[in-house]
Amino acid sequence: MSVDQATVRRIAHLARIAVTDEEVPHLQGELNAILAFVDQLNEVDVTHVEPMTSVTPMAMKKRQDVVTDGGIPDLIVANAPEREGHFFAVPKVVE
Amino acid sequence: MTDLTRMTIAEARDGLTKKSFSAADLTQAYLAAMEKGRKLNAYVLETPEKALAMAAASDARIAKGEAGPLEGIPLGVKDLFCTEGVRTTACSNILGNFIPPYESTVTSHLWRDGAVMLGKLNNDEFAMGSSNETSCFPAPINPWRRQGSNAGAGPGGIDATPLVPGGSSGGSSAAVAAMLCAGATATDTGGSIRQPAALTGTVGIKPTYGRVSRWGIVAFASSLDQAGPIARDVTDAAMLLRSFAGADAKDTTCVDRPVPDYAAAVGKSIKGMTIGIPREYRIDGMPAEIQKLWDEGAQILKEAGATLVEISLPHTKYALPAYYIVAPAEASSNLARYDGVRYGLREPGKDIVDLYEKTRARGFGKEVRRRIMIGTYVLSAGYYDAYYVRAQKLRTLIKQDFEQAYAAGVDAILTPATPSAAFGIGEKGSADPVEMYLQDIFTVTVNMAGLPGIALPAGLDPQGLPLGLQLIGRAFDEETLFSVASVIEKAKGRFPVSDRWWG
Repeated sequence: MSVDQATVRRIAHLARIAVTDEEVPHLQGELNAILAFVDQLNEVDVTHVEPMTSVTPMAMKKRQDVVTDGGIPDLIVANAPEREGHFFAVPKVVE
Repeated sequence: MTDLTRMTIAEARDGLTKKSFSAADLTQAYLAAMEKGRKLNAYVLETPEKALAMAAASDARIAKGEAGPLEGIPLGVKDLFCTEGVRTTACSNILGNFIPPYESTVTSHLWRDGAVMLGKLNNDEFAMGSSNETSCFPAPINPWRRQGSNAGAGPGGIDATPLVPGGSSGGSSAAVAAMLCAGATATDTGGSIRQPAALTGTVGIKPTYGRVSRWGIVAFASSLDQAGPIARDVTDAAMLLRSFAGADAKDTTCVDRPVPDYAAAVGKSIKGMTIGIPREYRIDGMPAEIQKLWDEGAQILKEAGATLVEISLPHTKYALPAYYIVAPAEASSNLARYDGVRYGLREPGKDIVDLYEKTRARGFGKEVRRRIMIGTYVLSAGYYDAYYVRAQKLRTLIKQDFEQAYAAGVDAILTPATPSAAFGIGEKGSADPVEMYLQDIFTVTVNMAGLPGIALPAGLDPQGLPLGLQLIGRAFDEETLFSVASVIEKAKGRFPVSDRWWG
């Protein structure tokens, strides 16, 4: 399978990465090189094979349903590029 | 006084116990070596004040007779491990000046056991790469240089072309090989511990998936990522892994199994063991020196009393293409968190989506953007079954290949670690990304199957560069790997850099 330029733009938007018009043909070539490489997988008959979900079979660990951490809002927002008090600040989302 | 930085961890521990020198002396020797070695770009952040304070605390514990197993040992930390109060970037501009308010489980184990932090080490951006050239910092340089009369050779027959130290843990491998730390933390998603170790004459082990906690390590592909050490020899790697490993309530994929004394497995007889030689690793166009290295490794194990058997791992050739679906898919999900809101870089936008798109376009490097886009594509509606589900089915088949070999009585598998020795900065992957991806052809199967793998140096190529062998073990049987690796190490010796040209 290969991607066209419209698909490259659509993927970039889904991935929330801005792309310029100059970048699109370049990206298209690189993505198609990778997709051509992974196309080899179609040689294999996988009809009765289960997809892997866990590399080492193990029972999921569970913990007590109790609060183990918290009360640290200063630390939570310490690295925020923009904040107001204990809130992360973003451009207006709802008109 | 002898150069303290030339000691292995075992030797330094011995000297500290005998009080031949103090932890402060040892740390100071490394800080001086780091200063002289800055042109190797191994460190992206030096933390000398923290190192000296930790060394002083080690000396106090040694005086009280309370020394831990790594007491006073100066280590470098890959910049993928969160370190409390110390900038952690994953070598990406998108993390900017991120200062974690918490410590990763692995590094907290090291400090619990008395180790000293020297600083943060370079890596490929978000650990995506095989040469460490995708870092947002200047690329680290391999302390090894080519020798011989080739065109680029200058005075003394030395070719000054700077070589890559491998990746993604290239800062770790360069620093260990150049003796700018006694050992280093690293991570391995497709070969990022073993390939850089092989390219620098050092020892690196990727433990079984689940052996080491992933908590506090910047995530790349969560079903493949595993942390492990890069060290100067097999014993040091064993000592470090013992500290890395162990149960962690904060990582549900980290197993509750006792941690063996791995160093006790070093030097154990391998008589009667069965070592598998997989025929599918004999790839077309394999350089003669790699084949020779592999044959010699097999001969050493045979002479030590192991039985060698040829085995077949028929789905080997599909591991790398399946990896380039699974790893980008998981990365695209993991890296969704870098949105310019909670931490790191932020580019203003006219609305929130514009802010996300501009921030991520500017903050992520080229390789990371490419992988996020591939991952987004293979997970998108209509393609999920054709790509992602098919790749996970291939992963089942790859794992079954190994299970069949082990069920037939194989204790460990011997392969080359990489298809070539270190290459020059800028030499690979500029036209076609797949060219660089092929570096991981021998290592990536191990991640896909969740198994442990160790790389160790076993010879030099015609240009005098180190070449590595890889041993692959059964799940949670790292001890056998240490025993078998120590047999090869004993026969071949260690591979320290003799020409310290950087200062």
